Amino acid sequence: MHISPVLWQFLVKWLNASALFPREASTIAPYADALYFFLLLITVVGLTVVGTLVFGFAIRYRKEKHPVATQVEGSTLLEATWTIIPLALFLICFVWGALLYFRIYNPPTNAMNIYVVGKQWMWKAEHQGGQHEINALHVPIGRPVQLTMISQDVFHSFSVPDFRIKREVIPGRYSTVWFQATTPGTYHLFCTQYCGTNHSQMIGEVTAMTPDDFQKWLQASTSGMSLAQNGERLFASMGCNACHNGTASARGPNLSGVYGSKLQLTNGSEVLVNDAYLRDAILNPSEHITAGYSPIMPTYQGQVSEDGLIDLVEYIKGLQSNYRIQQTLVTSQADQTAPTTPTGVKP
Amino acid sequence: MSATSSTIVNLPDQKTATLPKRSYLNNEDGLLSWLLTGDHKRIAILYLISITFFFFIGGAFAGLIRLELLTPQPDLVASDTYNKFFSMHGIIMVFLFLVPSVPATLGNFLMPIMIGAKDLAFPKVNLLSWYLYWVGGLFTLAALVLGGVDTGWTFTTPLSTHYLNTHVVTAAVGIFIIGFSSIFTGLNFIVTIHRMRAPGMTWFRLPLFVWSNYAASILMVLGTPVLAITLVLVALERTIGIGVFDPTKGGDPLLFQHLFWFYSHPAVYIMILPGMGVISEVISTFSRKRVFGYTAVAFSSVAIALFGFFVWAHHMFIMGVSNYSALVFSLLTMLVAVPSAIKIFNWAFTLQKGSITFETPMLYAFGFMGLFTIGGMTGVFLGALGMDIHLTETYFIVAHFHFVMVGGMLMAFLSGVHFWWPKMTGRMYPESLSKLAAVTTFIGFNLTFLPQFILGYLGMPRRYHAYPPEFQVLNVLSTAGATVLGVGYMLPLLYLGWSLKYGAIAGNNPWQATGLEWQIQSPPLTENFIEVPIVDHEAYDYEWLAHKTEQEVTTVG
Repeated sequence: MHISPVLWQFLVKWLNASALFPREASTIAPYADALYFFLLLITVVGLTVVGTLVFGFAIRYRKEKHPVATQVEGSTLLEATWTIIPLALFLICFVWGALLYFRIYNPPTNAMNIYVVGKQWMWKAEHQGGQHEINALHVPIGRPVQLTMISQDVFHSFSVPDFRIKREVIPGRYSTVWFQATTPGTYHLFCTQYCGTNHSQMIGEVTAMTPDDFQKWLQASTSGMSLAQNGERLFASMGCNACHNGTASARGPNLSGVYGSKLQLTNGSEVLVNDAYLRDAILNPSEHITAGYSPIMPTYQGQVSEDGLIDLVEYIKGLQSNYRIQQTLVTSQADQTAPTTPTGVKP
Repeated sequence: MSATSSTIVNLPDQKTATLPKRSYLNNEDGLLSWLLTGDHKRIAILYLISITFFFFIGGAFAGLIRLELLTPQPDLVASDTYNKFFSMHGIIMVFLFLVPSVPATLGNFLMPIMIGAKDLAFPKVNLLSWYLYWVGGLFTLAALVLGGVDTGWTFTTPLSTHYLNTHVVTAAVGIFIIGFSSIFTGLNFIVTIHRMRAPGMTWFRLPLFVWSNYAASILMVLGTPVLAITLVLVALERTIGIGVFDPTKGGDPLLFQHLFWFYSHPAVYIMILPGMGVISEVISTFSRKRVFGYTAVAFSSVAIALFGFFVWAHHMFIMGVSNYSALVFSLLTMLVAVPSAIKIFNWAFTLQKGSITFETPMLYAFGFMGLFTIGGMTGVFLGALGMDIHLTETYFIVAHFHFVMVGGMLMAFLSGVHFWWPKMTGRMYPESLSKLAAVTTFIGFNLTFLPQFILGYLGMPRRYHAYPPEFQVLNVLSTAGATVLGVGYMLPLLYLGWSLKYGAIAGNNPWQATGLEWQIQSPPLTENFIEVPIVDHEAYDYEWLAHKTEQEVTTVG
């Protein structure tokens, strides 16, 4: 056997690198692969059945062997068979696929949250501690990680094939996906939704690390300010604390402990306060007036970036008492005078 | 003798045979008589030439795409050029080739003859729809010549409305106009099938090709207007910023996805259903048998058309639709797969106890069955919710829909073109070359698209101009396959062209098929039938045919 050494090396390298199957690097991956093999199996079986029938009949009843065709009308029994068996198989695929879908898209409650902003053409990840990274994501293994993602411009899609996860990153709304990495290593991160000229360059690397290494990485990459701290600063500089100061006479509702609660609105509906609601309440306040308050809050559309919104949301999420708001109020009221009557402010 | 025993081709004596003196081809002369014709057969020929033209333009872009993907580096063209390549490939192939291919060419030519009518219900509307096709086609070509468009064929907002400076509106206007061509064809077919069947041609005596075109016509009439509306909204959003798809103005970018797929999923069935009709005709003819479970096959076409409207959101499983609506759409997707499975088994059992021969149309039909089964089953992968998460937006999707569209639809189209070529032109094509083309296409197709399933599971995203180096081997295989496939498509162009002048005279019924179209002269007269036929037998009644032939022989004798 003489195989060109170049070709041989290439083949060996390729087989080792990826072969015909991606690595299984998350807790979900084995579940996804199990369904994949089941689907592959029924495809092969189906193809074999069809192939056997077609080739078998074609050989058995070719004209030389069978010069005159026997006319057959049909058969209810046969037709019922090939209606019911595929239907049953497809329903199994449906149930199995649905179970997997709920497993992939329903994060466990103890997941650690990382924010991801997609923009033409890069991924920007923001950790709780304020660590930022571009086209890279560092995560610990053995711990569920939830990504809260949003796009600043067009549709993008966050895909890590070795984790078997993917989720569309949508302008104007948060989407989430979670995973738990199992093996340290680096994995491809792709944008899989066509997003313009440099779509194929919008790729990055997910680095899964042992918890110890991850802690070291966090400490080494810290910017000194956590997302919540950035949010607090923004909260003050945009004047939010003038109304949302947590006092009884405040013109805006108290934000302490509001995250995760049910809120009664003036239009009678009740909403769950989550990331998406907070973001929307900042951008479109007139659509979300808390019961008992006047519609006086201006929109912040175009005044705050998606990164800034994440900081604000993260800050509000963490507010459990009025203490910090009042602190900010005291420090920032010195140089500004709030309008005396609520009616003096246009919504 | 052995050569003739394996074939049913029944050609007249080539020394004495001539084409009929008068036919739809020479009834009137001059370019103008073609451009102003109301004859459905001439319009079908105009369409055939037109879609072939666009098919090879779209194919050239496919070749360029595969050539670029030969290496992982972006070395052949720049990113934006590559993006324009796949956008133009998609737009041209979907709107200017796949959607009109079978209905507007074979359907236009044959459907009226098959039901015993002289023409379609509205001959002038039929001509108008060809002109609309070309007006739309010219807009699309203009977008191409002026510098291209890089939205992909899906025109996703807000990318297409706010972030691209290419000729989006020109291309959208083109597709908008082509849409009307499709709507008119659909309307024409529905009215013709309802109102113009010959005496005795009851619904359950219709050839299955007519049933499948009927089902596709319903989809064209009901689905295409939604596409038209969507494109108008895209154009308005782009030009004056009305904001329906813009979140900063209170619009919803997901709304576009809903609207677009509400047409574009049924569009898949507009493409594939008429192809399925061709397969029913071909398999029946070359196994000399009535299609097994005729009623089931007919109703499965209608079932596919109806279910086809309720599965659009399976294109959006990862886009943040609610988990429960994902459940519903996944279930409906599984249900729509069942009628396709029914058809496959009915075709297979049509072969049982038949008397089977292997002419070129039959080879293409066998190719169709294999490729469509793979295409259909891989659709189940994508319908299964959790699996879709990993597979969607990768090369798995690319391979899946090419198996259905190109492996299924295009094999069916070529099967039909070869099957009815003798009827349309009065001449045969060289048999060994055409069989070679069928086999080449099948091999080339599998070599091109099977590796893409693996690439997809490995995670290679679609629409990537450059890719990580470990995906190269499979991409090289795919590009090699595309070359073979290209040869497979060029061959028919050459020998079919050759046959127009040099092909053997075919006679009226070279395949000894039962359809009404085979009982008239080849090529047919402008008015199709000298007197209105009276139908007294079911479709695919080979005993009736044998009896009839016997009678003719006795009368002549």
